[in-house]
Amino acid sequence: MSAGSLRSGYEVNDPGYPTPQENYLTNSKGVLSWMFTLDHKRIGLMYLIGVSVAFLVAGLLALGIRLHLLSPDGALFNTGFFKWLAPEKQPNDIYNQVFTLHGAIMVFLFIIPSVPAALGNFLVPVMLGAKDVAFPRLNLSSFYLWVAGAIFFVMALMASGLDTGWTFYTPYSTTTDSSVILATTGAFILGFSSIFTGLNFIVTINTMRPPGMTWFRMPLFLWATYSTSIIQVLATPVLGITLLLLIAERTMHIGIFDPEYNGDPVTFQHFFWFYSHPAVYIMILPAFGIISELISVHSHKRIFGYRFIAYSSIAIALLGFLVWGHHMFTSGMSPMTTIIFSALTFTVSVPSAIKVFNWLATMYKGSISLTTPMVYAISFIFLFTIGGLTGLHLGTLATDLHLHDTYFVVAHFHYVMVGGTLVAFLGGVFHWWPKMVGRMYNEIGGKISAALVFIGFNLTFLPQFVLGSRGMPRRYATYDPEFQALHIMSTYGALTLGIGLFIALGVLLYSLINGRKAPANPWGGATLEWACTSPPPYYNFDRPPVVGDPYEFGNIEWDAESDRYVKVEPKRKVVPSETPAEKPAHAGE
Amino acid sequence: MATTDAGHPTDAHGHSDSAHGHDGHGDHDHDHPSYLAHHFDTPEQQFDSGKLGMWLFLVTEILFFSGMFCAYAIFRAWRPEVFEGCSQFLNTKLGAINTGVLLFSSLTMAWAVRCAQLEQHKQCACLIATTLSCAMVFLGVKAIEYSHKWTMGLLPAGLYSYDPANPHPVGGPNYLAYICAPFAAATVGVLIWLIISYLRGAKFQFAVAKPLLVVCLSFFGGVGLGTILESGGDDSEHGSVHVAQHDDHQHGDHQHGGEQHGGEQHDGEHSAEHTPAHAEPAVATLPAAGAMVDDSNDLAVLKRLASDATNTGLQGELKALEAQDKMSGGAITYDDSDDSSATIAASKDNVLRPSRAGVFFSIYYCMTGVHAIHILAGIGVLIWLLVRTMRNDFNRNYFGPVDYIGLYWHLVDLIWIYLFPLMYLIR
Repeated sequence: MSAGSLRSGYEVNDPGYPTPQENYLTNSKGVLSWMFTLDHKRIGLMYLIGVSVAFLVAGLLALGIRLHLLSPDGALFNTGFFKWLAPEKQPNDIYNQVFTLHGAIMVFLFIIPSVPAALGNFLVPVMLGAKDVAFPRLNLSSFYLWVAGAIFFVMALMASGLDTGWTFYTPYSTTTDSSVILATTGAFILGFSSIFTGLNFIVTINTMRPPGMTWFRMPLFLWATYSTSIIQVLATPVLGITLLLLIAERTMHIGIFDPEYNGDPVTFQHFFWFYSHPAVYIMILPAFGIISELISVHSHKRIFGYRFIAYSSIAIALLGFLVWGHHMFTSGMSPMTTIIFSALTFTVSVPSAIKVFNWLATMYKGSISLTTPMVYAISFIFLFTIGGLTGLHLGTLATDLHLHDTYFVVAHFHYVMVGGTLVAFLGGVFHWWPKMVGRMYNEIGGKISAALVFIGFNLTFLPQFVLGSRGMPRRYATYDPEFQALHIMSTYGALTLGIGLFIALGVLLYSLINGRKAPANPWGGATLEWACTSPPPYYNFDRPPVVGDPYEFGNIEWDAESDRYVKVEPKRKVVPSETPAEKPAHAGE
Repeated sequence: MATTDAGHPTDAHGHSDSAHGHDGHGDHDHDHPSYLAHHFDTPEQQFDSGKLGMWLFLVTEILFFSGMFCAYAIFRAWRPEVFEGCSQFLNTKLGAINTGVLLFSSLTMAWAVRCAQLEQHKQCACLIATTLSCAMVFLGVKAIEYSHKWTMGLLPAGLYSYDPANPHPVGGPNYLAYICAPFAAATVGVLIWLIISYLRGAKFQFAVAKPLLVVCLSFFGGVGLGTILESGGDDSEHGSVHVAQHDDHQHGDHQHGGEQHGGEQHDGEHSAEHTPAHAEPAVATLPAAGAMVDDSNDLAVLKRLASDATNTGLQGELKALEAQDKMSGGAITYDDSDDSSATIAASKDNVLRPSRAGVFFSIYYCMTGVHAIHILAGIGVLIWLLVRTMRNDFNRNYFGPVDYIGLYWHLVDLIWIYLFPLMYLIR
């Protein structure tokens, strides 16, 4: 549609491109204009606030767990305060509920929507060069489904807690007195929120690409989001029906999962992990996308192996559906099945490793700026590699029998989920914060937060690998005194991690008050979101963006005079495989 | 819902009715027809987005049902005899009628899409109303099926209370009335709306209320149809019940009991088609096994099924049953007062049927119930579609919602096409 206006190069800080007075934050005012907004950027921002609150709650619960484990007989929940708070509950019961809610809130309310729904909503249409997602009203409704799910979780917390673990395993979940129905209803609703977000992104990426935006000109974050969306659409309905059957099991005793009525609890585990294993890729794949952007932009170097990274995202999404059995090696499966699941589990490590090597190759000989997002990205690579490699221990049948349900598993998935997803999420927030709110934050403060998060995280979870391999089972409120030293280390690490996270929050919030105004392109990025103003106008682009190579940094240079990145004439000749001029007036293919 | 986004009837940016809003001058402020949402460039882009969105939604629906199909497959593989036996309680005629009704509604729906494309608004509205009526007939028949089974105590495992000695207990709640009540309320509401809109001279509302009244009444048409067919067609239940009772009387003859006596319990006109089913004792006895009847027939069933070499689970159970049979001297008593036999009875109870028959009904209610919820949701969106059609919202350039809802309706139909043979036709 923009054939007439196509020009070569980018419109980064084009002098003839005046900064509009109105942006998406200011174009309408009042609470209602936010509550009923159809603007993907505002919805993304509301998600960001929502998931941050959920993260705060679940993070405090995690600190509670760690403080309780300071002493072998339990510390925190034995205190008088908790006797006063919940006189009818034993400390161990409180512990069970706290770790369950920590897991459930973190998984369903924070990690799954964190990157796709919060950052993805903000970024997908802008990176794509579209005005909005394909279904803006569906987008808003999925946000409110998230809110409804969160309300159900709060109700579960208020009613009688939840003590099943976030996995809701039967038969315990069909017999316990805690509010399983409220929590599963919440998770069911959150599932639909997730499905609708994924559906929206798939359609957006398929049909809303502007002229010139071919599949292989999409930033890798969009490839990662696309793969994530495939999983969300294909896996989440299975969780939906599983939770629905679990609710029916509790209310009507349908006898599908409950052994008391000739049901089969292992069937529940199969159903649950058929969703929940792909769900860990819902959590980590978008983080891969963020890291691909961060590493490339802050190394000012073309991403290495673009197609490999893009295809490996799809490969992970598809392979992720075939490995759920590795959560159940000890639950009773035939030896042949376990061997097959084990072998398939190893195959997933191949595309993951491809990504890590490509990121390292991108950094090699790049001109790396050690900005806050880059510090987070580098610590991601370090932590995710540990998390990924320890996954191989658990995918191996013989070692898994020893390590199953120990702290080793806890440490492994926290290395992937916290060291991976959370760190990438923070890096992404720091990277796109200037675009979202139009303010720069304090770099030193940001780097301190990144350093504290890295140190605190490792101090928390490295000891847990040792604990697990020495036989400390997970989910226990008390333990043998020999484990105490490591538990204390872990607790101090958690406190450090918490301080780091609060500093990150403080740095970001302080930038709103006292931050310097952000230029359109503070990092020298080449993707389309840096071509619009910071913050973007309501329709993202005041005129149709010119789509180019998302990783060509040759014509973007730092201009010390104006303290920003500007577009310059390309130093070397760029020969893109498909120039926009060859494909005029052709929306989507 | 994906479909509602594509429709954007009150777009602030709509300037003209031109179907060709996009004129390619590169400016985003071009004329948008009223039906084109602001963030789309062309009606084609909007249609493609909506259609892809709907297909993806259908994918999630299929996966949603796939969990239950999986459960069905697992439990049927474990307990083929339970499924064969319990399937007898389902009335094939009612299932077949419903299948036909849904297939016909798919035809009218597809036809309505064609009419929307050709701008034949009146026919389109008629066809959508027909689709809606078929959906209501389906629910009416389903109400008969459900209420009948609930009365008999054929409920999910935890609530299963079927007593073969007293299959039709009197004095229970009138489930049919409960199911019909909301539909009756809706009918009365539409009737009142019709009268008020007529009196106030609100032509459009009157025009909408008329077909809706027919739609509501179709539900009771379905109930009537179901009642007629059910009264003439539920002999299969009685058949199996009587076989079970018969086995109570004659211990020794269980191998052939069903065969000899099952058939003669049938109502005359239908006995022919059901007798073959009862010829196998396996089928005849199992539904009744919830009660304390002699289960030697189960043994026979197991023997027959276990002869299939692949069925190792059953072979194991057969051994267990045979061992119990031996211990109790060939006939197992269920007297809990006696300690030794109480042990047997308890272990027997674990492998015995009541909850297993219940599991069949659990799966039956889950699958058909979720399907019925989808029918209800379909009725909701079809009513919305009917109103929009009568408002002449659609034209040859904008018929997306009709198309998308048509796709949804075909999927709901398709799922029933699978449910019918898997539930009703497996004996």
